[in-house]
Amino acid sequence: MTDRSLYAPLTVQGYRRDHGRTHPPLLHPDYQSTVLRAPARPLTELPHTLTEVTGPLLGEGRVGEFDHDLTRQHAGEPLGERIIVHGQVLDGDGRAVPHTLVEVWQSNAAGRYSHDLDRHPAPLDPNFTGVGRCLTDAEGRYRFITVKPGAYPWKNHHNAWRPAHIHFSLFGRAFTQRLITQMYFPGDPLFGFDPVLNSIRDPAARARLVSSFDLSETVPEWALGYRFDIVLSGRDETPMEDEEGEE
Amino acid sequence: MSRPITPSQTIGPFFSHALPWTDGPYVVPEGTQGAIWLRGTVSDGAGQPVPDALVETWQADPDGRFDHPDDPRGAVAGFRGFGRCPTDASGGWAILTRKPGVVPGPDGTTQAPHVDLSVFARGLLNRVVTRLYFPDEVEANAADPVLAGIADPDDRATLVAEATSDGYRFDVRLQGDRETVFFAI
Repeated sequence: MTDRSLYAPLTVQGYRRDHGRTHPPLLHPDYQSTVLRAPARPLTELPHTLTEVTGPLLGEGRVGEFDHDLTRQHAGEPLGERIIVHGQVLDGDGRAVPHTLVEVWQSNAAGRYSHDLDRHPAPLDPNFTGVGRCLTDAEGRYRFITVKPGAYPWKNHHNAWRPAHIHFSLFGRAFTQRLITQMYFPGDPLFGFDPVLNSIRDPAARARLVSSFDLSETVPEWALGYRFDIVLSGRDETPMEDEEGEE
Repeated sequence: MSRPITPSQTIGPFFSHALPWTDGPYVVPEGTQGAIWLRGTVSDGAGQPVPDALVETWQADPDGRFDHPDDPRGAVAGFRGFGRCPTDASGGWAILTRKPGVVPGPDGTTQAPHVDLSVFARGLLNRVVTRLYFPDEVEANAADPVLAGIADPDDRATLVAEATSDGYRFDVRLQGDRETVFFAI
């Protein structure tokens, strides 16, 4: 075998668990696709071992020059309302998550994705793919320039429309912190009718997915600013190895 | 200052032009000595393939170490440890990697070689998390603290891959008959 010191007992500090308080339940029948896809059996609690408290730290090589500016990825500018979406990635202890990869994707201003299977009869925009990436800075801040996505219909139920949203994918610094979510825009009249947003039971948690209009980040004569902070799970108070009174 | 966390939402159906990377399925480059293919399918409660899922993997290197500063034994650079593959029309995914080594577990235990998996899909409001174990690690699997926490041998069996000619096969059944054991993390 290899060096035995690699297998000496380690103290691993885990991450706080949600215990179903914040995240939506996997089964939410109002969102029909959950019915055959949500696991039927209860989840088993996984201890936070070295595998779970580490995770991919994906760096600069993943981000191209115009990946943060979705309005400059083609020959011309996309149609729609130009916006700036920015915010800070934090953990549950309020600490910034620096240099972490943030991925976004969205429909165009007409509510159409640049995706082969999107059949919504709204126009594609040859100047908009709707895909962005960036790394947070040393303070955990990110900033994208894009156009405001449109609402679009889906076939979940009669006259079903998704409120305008931008998809966000985050890694944090540990497997436990991996998060995919959606950012919404303030005051959308579709909120009350959307089973995806309303799968989150706590109204305060739902409200955290709604960005706020940000005049301070709005650029005169150019683009409105919206702020969306993202909070990943924080560290557990006590290292798990101490629970059984080791040594 | 404590901050409440941001809730999860589904990845939705329209991510395949956004998230997959050309090198996503290649934790190690093709031609790497000792590389193995992990292949499988994702299926739903009706036994139908899930053609719009994203499978991500995270694992230790062949020595059981991570390229990460929180590995108290010191980070080992050069092994990405992360794989990402969208499922195809048949629900299939494949990731080229090396078999991980033994990893320290809670309370001085050791964990059998394993790969953590996340599955994202339309209809999953949060990712589901499972673990892939290796069929040729009978002794290590028997001593693994996570597998030991699963009482029913049929349930444990859902976490053990099958050997194939070029690696291992691991099917993820989201719901129903032989439903995969999923973890709360």
